[in-house]
Amino acid sequence: MFDSIDMSLVDWSRGQFALTAMFHWIFVPLTLGLSFIVAFMHTIYVRTGDEEWKRITKFWMKLFGINFAIGVATGIILEFEFGTNWSNYSWFVGDIFGAPLAIEGILAFFLESTFIAVMFFGWNKVSKRFHLTASWLTAFGASLSAVWILVANAWMQHPVGTVFNPDTARNEMINFWDVIFSEVAVNKFLHTISSSFLLASIFVIGISAWFLLRKKEVLFAKRSTVIASVFGFITAIATIATGDTSARIVAREQPMKFAAMEALYEGQTHAPLVAIGAMRTDTTNYPNPREEFIFKIEIPNALSYMVFLTPSGFIPGISDLVYGNEEQNFMSYEERIERGAVAIQTLKELKKAKERGDQVSYDALREKFSDPIWIDQYYQHFGFGYYKGRELMELIPNVKLNFYSFHVMVILGGHFLIFTLLVLWLSLKNRWGNHKWLLWVALITMPMPWIASQAGWVLAELGRQPWVVYELMPVITAVTRLKPVAVQLTFWIFLVTFTLLFIAEIRIMLAQIKKGPGGE
Amino acid sequence: MLNNIFRFYYEGFRKMTWGRRLWGIILLKLFIMFAILRLFFFPDLLKRDFDSDEERASHVLEQITNP
Repeated sequence: MFDSIDMSLVDWSRGQFALTAMFHWIFVPLTLGLSFIVAFMHTIYVRTGDEEWKRITKFWMKLFGINFAIGVATGIILEFEFGTNWSNYSWFVGDIFGAPLAIEGILAFFLESTFIAVMFFGWNKVSKRFHLTASWLTAFGASLSAVWILVANAWMQHPVGTVFNPDTARNEMINFWDVIFSEVAVNKFLHTISSSFLLASIFVIGISAWFLLRKKEVLFAKRSTVIASVFGFITAIATIATGDTSARIVAREQPMKFAAMEALYEGQTHAPLVAIGAMRTDTTNYPNPREEFIFKIEIPNALSYMVFLTPSGFIPGISDLVYGNEEQNFMSYEERIERGAVAIQTLKELKKAKERGDQVSYDALREKFSDPIWIDQYYQHFGFGYYKGRELMELIPNVKLNFYSFHVMVILGGHFLIFTLLVLWLSLKNRWGNHKWLLWVALITMPMPWIASQAGWVLAELGRQPWVVYELMPVITAVTRLKPVAVQLTFWIFLVTFTLLFIAEIRIMLAQIKKGPGGE
Repeated sequence: MLNNIFRFYYEGFRKMTWGRRLWGIILLKLFIMFAILRLFFFPDLLKRDFDSDEERASHVLEQITNP
């Protein structure tokens, strides 16, 4: 059946999902970060009683409100797409997604939306303490919302705490704590949240720089910058630290993604880290074209050291994973495909046995799905079975895109650390704003965290291709057999709607920024 | 108590200035999402096409075991 699948359907479905997710992610990190910055400012106002801090808080709260309003509920479209475009996947993971998303909907959303109203309407209406509590609860509520969807995503990257039920074709949760506290989930949350806080800090520094360039609202701009630079510098360190941990986890749990993001084809010890490089596709090696470096600057031993904390650590390359490496204990993809095909065939026979009422065969086959040895030998490779008779190349993610996404993210992360440190140092010495060119750097830096953040998601999601659920379900199985034209139509509807919303966001935000903290 | 909560929200919405346009955008967006996209373009296919979970499971099993 999958031999004849229309790949344009898969591509359009993936494109549509990517478009929706990337658009949603324009708003989310700013909401997450700005809510905390506002809460900090609000705290200073309540503690000092200084009216200038009240103006500062109200201004950033207003920008937070605009971003929240335009972005709110854009993520729900992703859930629509699960049910329509990815129905097999939706069913396959239903129980895992159901619980976290239900908690998100009930707990976090209501917490967030209830206290947002108090936060905005509460000035002079409720006590200062209660008002401040509302600001903090809004911030925590926003982060709590992010927890659950990130847990669900982490499970797709690294399925744990569940068991596959061959009767219902669903994964069932057997240990809630394993799912939410898996190393991948915890690190994903910390990295996402800290990078979102960093993004919001750079946003505040950038907008404040604009006021300083125009020599307007100088006290407001300088105070905002101090808060944002402290917050930004701390979260820049946290982002880099969690990013480093994330790379180590990826190297262990998703070695193909790790090899792709460094464009490492042949595994080696003392593997160097490519600090910067550019690639071109060598098509002479058809049907297995490779990405080759036109130039690169490497740091010797750094990749091995990064993963194993010793230069002698072996980093598998794409070839080791595809063709196997007995010495390093990597099974070839051919072997994994064979084993996966056995698992799929077993599931098929079980279904047939059940339908014809053959209880003996059914029991024997059902037993296999509870046998840890069989699961380890066959079910672990389930997803590979779909690639029997297909090109091995389909199991390799887009190397070029992964490499550039990873390196753009890392280079920008380094820039943010230096930038926030510089702004913090100059702010504390009351010299921030003395150099016009630095204010321009702040303005130019402002969109960069969005680029880094989106690049991070591109790496996370494209790096694990072709898997929707890692090594268990590929995109070709997960997708619903719709007419490609139906998916194309909604893709263009989304593109137009999202573009209009984005323009609305920018226009409303710019208008409020121009009015400054004094305007209503 | 309930009256106070109602007054709090009522006054808050009534005195909104710049926020009104945002509420307009939120409501328009929700209308497009739920009344147009959800209704006409994004049905939950398994829910729509099958009556029971057993039928849905059988359909998905059929789909994922026929590579």
